[in-house]
This record gives sequence, C-alpha cells and structure tokens, in this order.
Amino acid sequence: MTSSQYKVIGSRPLRPDGVDKVTGRAVYGADVKLPGMLHGKILRSPHAHARIVSIDVSAAQALPGVRAVVTARELPSVGDTVTDLGESVVNLRYMSNNILAHDKVLYHGHAIAAVAADNPHIAEEAARLIKVTYEVLPHVLDGRAAMAANAPILLPDLRTNELGKQGSSQTNVAEHIRHQRGDLAAGFAAADVIVEREFHTATVHQGYVEPHAAVALWNEDDQILVWCSTQGSFGVQEQMAELLQVPPSRVVVTPTEIGGGFGGKNSVYLEPVAALLSRKAGHRPVKMTMTRAEVLFGTGPTSGSYIRVKMGATRDGTLTAAEAEMIYEAGAFPGSPVGAGCGVLFGPYKLENVQVDGYDVVVNRPKSAAYRAPGGTNAAFAAEAVVDELTEKLGIDPIAFRLHNAVREGDRRADGPELPRIGFIETLEAARDHAHYSAPLPGKQRGRGVAAGFWFNWGGKSSASASVNADGTVNLVEGSTDIGGSRASLAMQLAETLGIPYADIRPQVVGTAGVGYNEGTYGSRTTFSTGWAVYELGKKILDEMRQRAATHWDVPVDGVTVQDGTFAHNGDSMSFRELAGQLEVPVSVSASVFPSGFGPSFAVHIVDVEVDVETGKVEILRYTAVQDVGKAIHPAYVEGQLQGGAAQGVGWALNEEYVYDDKGRLVNASLLDYRMPTALDLPMIDTVLVEVANPGHPYGVRGVGEVPIVPPAAALANAIYQATGVRMTELPMSPARVSAALLAAAVPA
Amino acid sequence: MKSRVIVSTTINGEPTEFLCEPRQSLLEVLRDVLGLTGAKEGCNNGNCGACNVLMDGVLVNSCLVLGVEAESHRIETVEGLAVNGKLHPLQQKFLEHAALQCGICTPGFLLSAKALLDHNPDPSEAEVRHWLAGNLCRCTGYDKIVRAVLDAADSA
Ligand code: FES
Ligand code: FES
Repeated sequence: MTSSQYKVIGSRPLRPDGVDKVTGRAVYGADVKLPGMLHGKILRSPHAHARIVSIDVSAAQALPGVRAVVTARELPSVGDTVTDLGESVVNLRYMSNNILAHDKVLYHGHAIAAVAADNPHIAEEAARLIKVTYEVLPHVLDGRAAMAANAPILLPDLRTNELGKQGSSQTNVAEHIRHQRGDLAAGFAAADVIVEREFHTATVHQGYVEPHAAVALWNEDDQILVWCSTQGSFGVQEQMAELLQVPPSRVVVTPTEIGGGFGGKNSVYLEPVAALLSRKAGHRPVKMTMTRAEVLFGTGPTSGSYIRVKMGATRDGTLTAAEAEMIYEAGAFPGSPVGAGCGVLFGPYKLENVQVDGYDVVVNRPKSAAYRAPGGTNAAFAAEAVVDELTEKLGIDPIAFRLHNAVREGDRRADGPELPRIGFIETLEAARDHAHYSAPLPGKQRGRGVAAGFWFNWGGKSSASASVNADGTVNLVEGSTDIGGSRASLAMQLAETLGIPYADIRPQVVGTAGVGYNEGTYGSRTTFSTGWAVYELGKKILDEMRQRAATHWDVPVDGVTVQDGTFAHNGDSMSFRELAGQLEVPVSVSASVFPSGFGPSFAVHIVDVEVDVETGKVEILRYTAVQDVGKAIHPAYVEGQLQGGAAQGVGWALNEEYVYDDKGRLVNASLLDYRMPTALDLPMIDTVLVEVANPGHPYGVRGVGEVPIVPPAAALANAIYQATGVRMTELPMSPARVSAALLAAAVPA
Repeated sequence: MKSRVIVSTTINGEPTEFLCEPRQSLLEVLRDVLGLTGAKEGCNNGNCGACNVLMDGVLVNSCLVLGVEAESHRIETVEGLAVNGKLHPLQQKFLEHAALQCGICTPGFLLSAKALLDHNPDPSEAEVRHWLAGNLCRCTGYDKIVRAVLDAADSA
C-alpha cells in the first residue's frame, strides 16, 4: 500500500486532546476533586514475610479528622476465580489478598489497612497509628532459591500446575509450562557450533510518571462510582465487582486522563479500598493517591528472571536446535509473564527442533504486573545474545544470519501457531541497508550491537459509537484509554473511512456507562481493534447517509454512490456536510468488534556504545529502531512508540533494578535511587517504519507499542561485547557490574 | 505555631493570596488550595520535574518549596503560559512535534524549557538535554521533546 492511497492516514495532524495537555487543563487521576471528598492513605508492611498476629486500629480511629479505617476484614471472601487482566491472568483470591493482606504479609510494602480522613496529612498520621503485631517469617527473593526444597513457603495452599497436572505438595512453583517440537537431540547432533549460556535479569518497574490515583464513592443506592487513571475502565469495573462481590452493573467507572501505564495500570490497587472507605465513612467520596515510594513498593514491577539458553547451528548458519529453561519471579502471587517469555524467546527464528521450559515462581517481592511486551525483554536478552555468539563463532554477519533463519508467513512458532503475513524479512533488510549499520565506528572501547525482537500483539473486544452533527462534524465516542495519541489514530481512521477531514471528527473517551464493552489499552490493540470498530462505524454511517440521500433525491439507494465524502446520483451530488445539514432523522451508529486478524510485530535495533573502562559506564552514541508497523496511521505517534520503547529498554538494560537488603526490604524506592533514563542519557533515536500491511485490518494496522522494548537490552549487551570483548549476562549492565566484569576479564583501559 | 498562614504572591501575573498550613508544599497549595492542577506530582521529592514552576523566573521543583516560602514571590505555572488565547511557542511546538504521549510530564517540561530559553535563546542539543535532565519522561524517549525545544528556539 502506498501512502498516496489515503487522504488522512499517514499524515501528522495535531492530536484532539493536545491543547488540554499543553495548557495543564487535562484532568488526570490525582486532579479529580469532588464535594465533600475525603483522603485515604494505606499502611504498608515493613517486613518481607510475616504473619499478622493482630491489628489494632483504635488509636488511628480516635485521631480527630479520621472518618474510617478498613482492613482485609472488610473485603468479602472471594473464591478461586481466575480473571484475564489483559496480558496477565490473576486469581481473584490472590488479588484480594494483594489489595489488603489477609493473614500474612508477603512483601515489603504489602498493603495492610487504610484510613480515610479530612485531609491527606491526617490520613497519613492515622495510618502510622495503626498497631500491627507481626511474627516475622523467613523470606526468599530469588526465583531459583524459592524453588529449592527447603525454601520458605509463601502460599501454603499453592500446588504446582505441572504441565497441566496438579501437584500434591507445598511449593513456590505455581506453574511449569513447556513448548516442544521436533527432536532436540538430533537437532544438536546436526549442529557444528553450540552455544549455551545463563542469564539473569533484575526486577524492574514500568515507571509511569503518574502515580496511581483513584476516587471512589459508594452511594446510598449501592452504586459505586469510580474515577481513576486506568488502562481500561471495564477491567476496573469487573475487578471491583468480583473483589467487592457486587454486580458489575453497580460499578460505574469514569476514566481520567492517564499519565502512562505500560501494562501496570490494568490491575486495581486503590479503587476497591477507596470504595470500602467511602461506604464506611458515610458514603462520602474518598480519594487515594500513591506516593512514588508506594508505586515502587506496591504496584506491578515485572519479573526478575533466570534464563538458560542453548542453541546450535550448522557451519552455513542454519539453526538446528534450541532449548531453554526460564524461571520468572511472579512476586508474591502467581502470574509472571513467563508464558509470553517462552513464546518470544525463539519467536524470530524458524526452528524444527525446540524445547522451552518455563516456571512461574512466587517470591517475597511485589506481585508482578504486565510491562510492555511482558516477559519479552528478558527472553530476547538471553536468546539474542546466544545468537550473537553463534554468528561470531561462525563468522557470519549478524543480520545475514538472522535473514537466513528468519520466520516468514506460514512458518510455525515454537509455541504453536502458524504465522500470517509478517514483515520480519523486510525489517531485517531495512536494518541491513540503513546507513547506521555500515557507518564506520572508529575509537577505542566502542562497539555496535544488533538484536531482533518479536511480539504477539492482540486484538480483543472494542466498541465505539458515533453520531453525525448538523454542521457535518462527527462525534466519535470510544472507551479506549488514550495513552499516547489513540484519539488521533482513531479519528484519522474514521475520517478516512468517511472521506471527510480529520478536523471534522470529534473524539472523546468515555467510561463504562457511555459506550459498549472495551478491553483495556494493552496488547498493542487499540489502534488495531478499536480502529476496526471505528472503520465499521464509518461504513454504517455511510450506509445510513446514502439512504438519506436516496430519500432526498427520491431515487433507489442502489443508485447513490459515495466517494471522498460526496454522495452522488445521476449528476446530482451533495457533500457529507450538506447532507448532514438536511437530516430529518439524526444518524447515530455503534459497532462492537472482536477481530482476530491482529498480526505479530518484529523489530530490529542497532546501537553504538562507548564503554568507559574506568567506571563501567556505557554511553549510547547512536540508536536506530527498525520495525514492521503494518501501516502507520499517525507516523509521529508510531515513531514515538519506537523511541519510548527503546528508551525504556535502555533503562532496563543499563540501570534499573529493585535493590533489597538482607531482611528483604526494598532500599531504593525513590526516583533518585531507582534511576530511569533522562534526556542526558540518550541520543536522538532514529526510527525506520517498515510498512508490511497486516491483511487482518482494513488499513493494514498491526500493533506497534510493545515490540520496541524487546530488543534493546540484547542489542546493548551485544554492543558492549563488540566494544570490550566481554559478554554481559546479567541485567542491569550498570557501571558497577560492567566494571566488575571488565576487571575480571582484565580488559585494559 | 499558627495552624494557617496568609501568603501573598503573584501567580501568573495575578496578585494572589492564599491560606496555607506551614507543612504544605507549594505544589500542594497550587493543586489543592488554588485548583491549579497543571503542576503534577510524580515523586514529591525533587526527582522527576513534573511539578516544575518558575519562582521569580527561576526554575524550582514546587514539591520542594513550602507554600509559605512563596510569600512576596512571583510564580509562573503552565496555566500562565498561553497568553490571550494564544499558545506559547513551546506549547505549539510540543503539539507539532508530537512531543507528548501521555502528557503527564508535559507541564514540567514546558516550564523547564521556558526557563532555558529565557536564559539561553539559542541552545545546542547538548544544552537542551542537560537542562532537561531534571525532568523524567517515560513515554517519548525525549527525542521529540528535544526537537520541539530546539524548534521553538529557532522560530522565536
Ligand atoms: S513531584 Fe516535584 S520533582 Fe517530582
Ligand atoms: S509523555 Fe508520558 S511521561 Fe512524558
């Protein structure tokens, strides 16, 4: 598809919500203020693992200005219901336990009780007055240590789901999964070169700049009204209904603007607690916001992991076999993204003989939540480093090797499904042909690394509605949280379908009461799936408008054509706007979709680094992200996804990590000590948008948001190797780790 | 200690008096007392820049300034950037360059960039990056933010 095929798609208009966001007028989670509003605060565990012996709230309750105190006792008991949160599946009983600890605290920062008071300062003071007696238990932070026979048990009722069969003894291993195909032994026997390495990655956080925030009002009529910053208001509704054991129709969720999510704002944390406080405080609205420390303590980091990868190839560079073991730390409750990690690991390569074993293991860390291509960065860091070593041993160019082994349409992934039309080959070719790849890189301790990445993407359920205004503009009502420009990308698709200007579409995001069901903004699905719904809306509007034109001209509808927003019949014509001004009966339509044709995404990143041998600091000199984006509806926001994903990947690779003391306490819960990349840490990030249209979407869209975080850590590790001759196998590749590795390898300064 | 103090300031050019508790930060006063929620709280300890405002033309983290310290000072917030219905060139360039995704960091970046351009109207890319290093953005990778600031400087 050439861009000239379209009038609106492929252009770069200003976003509809832009002015509100540059003037400070946009309302985010913490900006909501209701009459009579109280402020809530949570008390959190100082221990990594302890039994709660008693909780005494009397002193807190007695503090003037305190209106309600709640503990887990106020939460109804929920059974073992498994719910799909979008990119992560959770058991509601565990989620209830995570929101307010029932009988044990399972990590430092685990929520225990909450207070609502007249202002946040009183609430904070009161929370400190709650007396909890603990019996401290031994803790375990590391996944492999938690698998050992004598490890402290976190969840006494947990049994391993061992390849589909339920185990019988206590364990910290929630699940063991396996993807398997072909004959591993024969595959490795056919290899001329085999590389096997072990890797570790640290726990990292999504790091959205906006802390979680919610306001809840439990009304006298038992309606629960929630305003919150979330990736999906229907997901909040469902979780609230389950956790509080009320019918979903009783929960009305209105999403605010959202200050970043990256997967971490699908689960609820504050919302049910605020609702309980509201009911107890005489049905007054209660606002809860987290501090940054609470965000790091209590919300979804993504899993630290141990990964062992073994791959073999023939002399001519054909992969013959691949095998891996992946242990992902789920945090305090089951549900790490190890399943996705297993799928991403060898995702880019055609492999006949393959086996991947994955383990989901609970440890005394915060419950993990989805983080942009969940599990993928860990996996690619391991597999792409092994591929790099194979190419080195074989003396084959890294991109040529990948081109030789790359998956194409019709190939089967290691985890089963057959691939539709994908653009991995085109992406590799674009990377190979990019000036960056062949540019000279003179200088000491400098190196260039390359890595590839795969991500599944998702379709999911979306609904939207639209109505035609008398002035020819169209209201677009959608339920997909706009995290990075999706109002624009959806309005553009509707404008394109209708053949009218982008400026004539007025999009707005509404809550559960205002639109049909929508899954959240996750899985790189919104521009694809809600885009499908919007395309359907456009078709329906055009159909109705043709009918109206036919009535107007008193001719059969079959004779009325519509093109580029103009209705015509036998020499008569009317613009969309003219017709809109003459509608006797208004035109409004709605559409709901659950499209299956989401296509996977592939990315190739190239990075140049310089390593300071004295300090171990890795400086990024140049960065290029190449990706098959299907069709870039709004190229600037697509580029932004590539750049933002790369930047997060850089942080994960070089700096970010949860640091614990020997008592299992998180010691770096601030943005000074949990250091995310700043403008000074990064160069410009070049992007190449490869457009291999996805046949599963009317405009060729495939998800773009997640795959760009998959290759960066691997690309950086490979670049550091080229610069220093040392292979880093542990994330983050922080100055301390790099300098230790260089010292151990006696790399001269 | 008095429970509340009357503080007289000028906010976005308007003489403004407010009542505040001595423990309240300027950020809290702006947001909760005055309803100016454009300044955002990302960390409340000086590490993210989302709360940045100008005090007598100097860039400050409003979470690290007490409300009472604003006495007799001039405060500029994101709400005061657009004048007479016209966006500030930085606001316009941020929109044109798609320099925001979620937008939570944007008010802070705009104020930091304004402070930079007020004192150095023609900064290099390195100077922009250095100056903006106190503002965290988790969405954009900074590329488009840096370009927007450079472009705003060029077109001024
Ligand atoms: S909130 Fe003030 S610097 Fe982060
Ligand atoms: S645009 Fe989201 S943090 Fe900057």
